[in-house]
Amino acid sequence: MRDAGIRFGGVEILSGVSLDFDAAGLTAIVGPNGAGKSTLLSILAGLRSGYTGECRYKGREVSAWKRRAFAREVSFVPQSLQLEFPFTAEQVVFMGRTPFCDGLFESPEDAIEVERAMAITDTLRFRHRDFGTLSGGERQRVVLAGALAQRPRTLLLDEPATFLDLKHQVEIYRLLRNLCREGLLALVVTHDINLAAAFADRVVMLANGRVVADGPVQSTLTRASISEVFGLYVEMHEGRDGRPWILYGG
Amino acid sequence: MAVKYSTALAGSAALLGAVLCTMPFLGSTSIHFGRAFAGISPDKEIFLYARLPRVLLSGIAGGGLAVAGVLFQALVRDALATPFTLGISSGSALGAVMAICFGWSAATSFPVVWMAAFAGASVTVLLVMWLAAVGRRMSSFTLLLSGVTINSICLALILFLHYLANFGQSFAIVRWLVGGIDTVEYSTLAWLAAVMAPAVFYVCLRGRDWNLLSVGEDWAAARGVSVSRLILTGYLLGSLITGSVTALTGPIGFVGLIVPHALRTRLGADHRILLPCSFFVGAAFLAICDTIARIVIAPTEVPVGVITALIGGPFFIWLLRSKRKSLWL
Repeated sequence: MRDAGIRFGGVEILSGVSLDFDAAGLTAIVGPNGAGKSTLLSILAGLRSGYTGECRYKGREVSAWKRRAFAREVSFVPQSLQLEFPFTAEQVVFMGRTPFCDGLFESPEDAIEVERAMAITDTLRFRHRDFGTLSGGERQRVVLAGALAQRPRTLLLDEPATFLDLKHQVEIYRLLRNLCREGLLALVVTHDINLAAAFADRVVMLANGRVVADGPVQSTLTRASISEVFGLYVEMHEGRDGRPWILYGG
Repeated sequence: MAVKYSTALAGSAALLGAVLCTMPFLGSTSIHFGRAFAGISPDKEIFLYARLPRVLLSGIAGGGLAVAGVLFQALVRDALATPFTLGISSGSALGAVMAICFGWSAATSFPVVWMAAFAGASVTVLLVMWLAAVGRRMSSFTLLLSGVTINSICLALILFLHYLANFGQSFAIVRWLVGGIDTVEYSTLAWLAAVMAPAVFYVCLRGRDWNLLSVGEDWAAARGVSVSRLILTGYLLGSLITGSVTALTGPIGFVGLIVPHALRTRLGADHRILLPCSFFVGAAFLAICDTIARIVIAPTEVPVGVITALIGGPFFIWLLRSKRKSLWL
């Protein structure tokens, strides 16, 4: 996003939070349970109406956006998805094309987008399988494919790598980093502080509904901040590219 | 996708066509195809004025109930939600019984019972929506539990009114306890079709939105759907369809449960396929059930609700068991 920014402040669970996101890049939102990370993300996604203060996207209040127009800009990956009905993986991804569809059925262009999104998330192998029979990690990648099929400029992800094995965790973050280099703004809520340290361009640290640190990895993920916010003993080591590698709970 | 869609649609429409062509010729009195069309008495009268309107009514009712079932299942996100299990059918029947009992229908002609049935359905739906709104996030468990409760309260009230009523009224009330198909005037059928056709058609057109809603409200909202408006539309159309059918047939259960579930296992969850096919197959299913109801202890007739319950009850138990399996194993 170039001329865009998201501003917002003051909610019950969150208070006095002011953040601007005005460049492409990967921002990790970290903090202990109950810090308000998911709430922050759902407000940014326009899914909560009861917030105070303001939350603007491209200068316009999120709640004032037409839902369909907003969905063409911003897509949201929920924490985990349980389905009552037997949709196939491909059908779940096709749902991401909704903001671009007018007729009852999707167009060939939609099918191309879906194919592309499923290819880069490595989900084509089980495209015709029932979503409910997939493993947690496979589901998470299918949901991510659905969000990418939406061709968003901004991608909001709530714990995208939680159920993934090591290889797919790293691949998801690599994929997000590459997309961000091409101009995507991605906001990732995560518990994995080392993945955040390895891939994020910026880290926002929340505790008790307040921003306690905000900035590049090296200045936010410090021994002092992590041990204070999480209440844990931590050791800082040097990882790749001068990024920190954090050992905790020792 | 499109190929599968047209195959499924053509198949289920063909099934309904075959059923509609054969069912009027089955019954306690045998009639001959050629004689009925040649206009020879009594075959012509039996075909045209007794059997055909009844088969048509069972078709519209069965299709409507199946579509309403799919709709409520998407709204509540639970395969056990139907007009019957949410208490909407019996709420509608209670409305009709009150109209009969308090003599509202005596003042004017027919539509009062119909309107009371629709009002009963709407009040029940409002109750369901209110219960849903209390907890902010509605749980399908709470909804179904309250639906079952509303169901027994309504049936108890109908029984209570039944004991208060005089002989003539009490006879009219019994048929509201278990739904049945009666022979109706063609003008009544036309009225029903005029209400149902646009409602069912509109529900089918919004198939993509029901898909998103059946995944989740946030899921749908994040993909550009105006969720609260969609939910309101869904509940209104669902109660309109249920109320209109119940006003003519009484509370018929299990059609909205069996048909959608059976089709979902064959066709998947896509509502754009599921909804129209449910209409056709639901129509065929109830027309067959009603034919069984007509001939099983001929010349006496059983209300069709008894037949659907006898088939649907065991099915419901099986569904509950298989659902539990998928949750815990």
